[in-house]
Amino acid sequence: MGGGFDRLSPRPSRWTRQAGASTGSALVHPTTVQVRFGHCENGHDHDFTVAGGCMAIQQQIEQPAARPMGKPKLGKLARREEREFYLFISLWIIGFILFDAGPILASFVISFTNWSMMTPPNWTGLQNYQRLIADPLFYTAMWNSLYFGIGSVGFGLIISFLLALLLNQKVLGISVFRTIFYLPSVVSGIAVAILWIMILHQDFGLINTVLSWFGIKGPGWLVQPQWAKPALILMSLWGAGGSMVIYLAGLQSVPQHLYEAASIDGAGPWMKFWNVTVPMMSPVIFYNLIVGFIASLQGFVLVLIMTNGGPANATLMFGLYIYRVAFQFFQMGYASALAWILLVVIMVITALQFLGAKYWVFYEGETVR
Amino acid sequence: MSANLQQSTITTAQAQRRPFLGMRHQRLAQRVMVYALLLALSVLFILPFMWMVSTSLKNSEDVFTYPPSFFPTTFLWQNYPRGWTILPFNTFLVNSLIVTFANVIGNLISCSLVAFGFARLRARGRGILFLALLATLMIPREVTIVPRFLLFSQMGLVNTLWPLILPAWFGYAFFIFLLRQFFMTIPTELDDAARIDGASSLRIFFEIILPLSKPALATVAIFAFIGNWSNLLDPLIYIRSQELYTLALGLNLFRGQNFTQFNLLMAVSIITLIPVLTVFFLSQRLFVQGVTLTGMGGR
Repeated sequence: MGGGFDRLSPRPSRWTRQAGASTGSALVHPTTVQVRFGHCENGHDHDFTVAGGCMAIQQQIEQPAARPMGKPKLGKLARREEREFYLFISLWIIGFILFDAGPILASFVISFTNWSMMTPPNWTGLQNYQRLIADPLFYTAMWNSLYFGIGSVGFGLIISFLLALLLNQKVLGISVFRTIFYLPSVVSGIAVAILWIMILHQDFGLINTVLSWFGIKGPGWLVQPQWAKPALILMSLWGAGGSMVIYLAGLQSVPQHLYEAASIDGAGPWMKFWNVTVPMMSPVIFYNLIVGFIASLQGFVLVLIMTNGGPANATLMFGLYIYRVAFQFFQMGYASALAWILLVVIMVITALQFLGAKYWVFYEGETVR
Repeated sequence: MSANLQQSTITTAQAQRRPFLGMRHQRLAQRVMVYALLLALSVLFILPFMWMVSTSLKNSEDVFTYPPSFFPTTFLWQNYPRGWTILPFNTFLVNSLIVTFANVIGNLISCSLVAFGFARLRARGRGILFLALLATLMIPREVTIVPRFLLFSQMGLVNTLWPLILPAWFGYAFFIFLLRQFFMTIPTELDDAARIDGASSLRIFFEIILPLSKPALATVAIFAFIGNWSNLLDPLIYIRSQELYTLALGLNLFRGQNFTQFNLLMAVSIITLIPVLTVFFLSQRLFVQGVTLTGMGGR
């Protein structure tokens, strides 16, 4: 049933667990948050539900607790288990405090100072934030990141979904094609950056060579401000295979009987696509949109190598600007203020996406309105 | 009007014919279309790799001839050793191996322990902690890089390999999540039986869960390997002395010094990609499984 929307039974035992693993969900301790994600059992059988995963995330956010917390009386065994739980996860808790929660709070505090690492910090109140409002580069960087994020995630969605649809046609040699499309998303980092500097080269690059065969004179991709961002988006599309694999797994888990029912009702391929495939896949698409967008707002290492923000700040991404302010100008206070704004922007955008999702994301088990 | 009529007669004719031949033809046409599209797209996706290899074999003049040729006129295999020896890439390789393996082992140990806790042990506060864990995946790296840098510089660890290694030993949310998902598929009856026989949680973890989770652990190892192998940001922030450079950092230095020697740059780039490609081809199935298990790409 793949991530169905089954409820907690009225009186769950303390450790309720769903019978088969194939249901892709498990109920956890009833007094705690109900957490449920899809999974697949093995490589061959994609009884997999990203849909379930997304649904669970939303469920967690919308209904944090499955039932009101009482004061459960714990026996000796249960208390021992609780101690063991905290022992097992202790490494992560230390890491969480040292490398996540601590730094976040620290950067919030630092954002109100003028720390340069050389001199002791002075409390400057809201000065960094005032500077930020008047800083044209702040807006440039934010605009560049949003442009790149929307472009790469939007086109990436179309291409990876198209690839997944093609591979879902029960073609021969599917694993060969899958490997070919997936491979570019595996290689990353500086080698890829160098490769694409060459591919996008104005005179000797691959793209302009191919364009010249058709009599088109290609632009200076990385040297003309109006082409630099599209060039980076183009490069990001080469890695579309990563989300293709996720879509493919999702497509393979759409129940066949829905298509059969649609056929009986006289639906053609196009109708089936819009009325069965898209709604069934909407949670997967939604999830990929969020994750992809957040990732695209953050990535800047490739840009750092390829253009270092140029030409004329056309590729000065937000992350790159923070990096520059922090590690080249050593203005840790201002960098922290910028980082906090980024955090807020990401949270707002994610919240908006969740709100918007109500209108187009369909979760299996919901009644059709 | 007449056109309409014609149209409708044609469609009815088609509809009548369909059971005999039309459907089969249509299917065949569709099939051919799908394959044609797949092949065309495959060429597009592979072309950059071919270009990379072809450039790495060209001589310096061929790289800058106009219009550029797709095939090299020479096959200069010595570009590979030449590029590799311009900078101490062997040292960089050793550093990369140290950092990557320390990360893989650290991630395997810490993440599997934590994932076991989240998958198998009941406790108050577990749900909220799990949410906190997932939330760390959403935190932009930029928010934490400055304080992390301050932390490591307070500890006197800047310009050592430690900042690149230590965080992996305290768990990474993505891997914890992946392993937890996998652990939850293992029937709890096995734990219960072992518990009745008096086994401790630690023993259940080592003797039941871990042996049954080899594919998931392998997936984590692969993701950790590939993610760390190409990591540039952290070395860029923390490493100063050249003898501590990782491959990614070394390649960046090399690029800065030999900006126009695309053939050598490509040759060295290809060498640095070989481990990643090898791992990928040896473990494709696990890879795809890992991506689908979590619904997240491994990046």
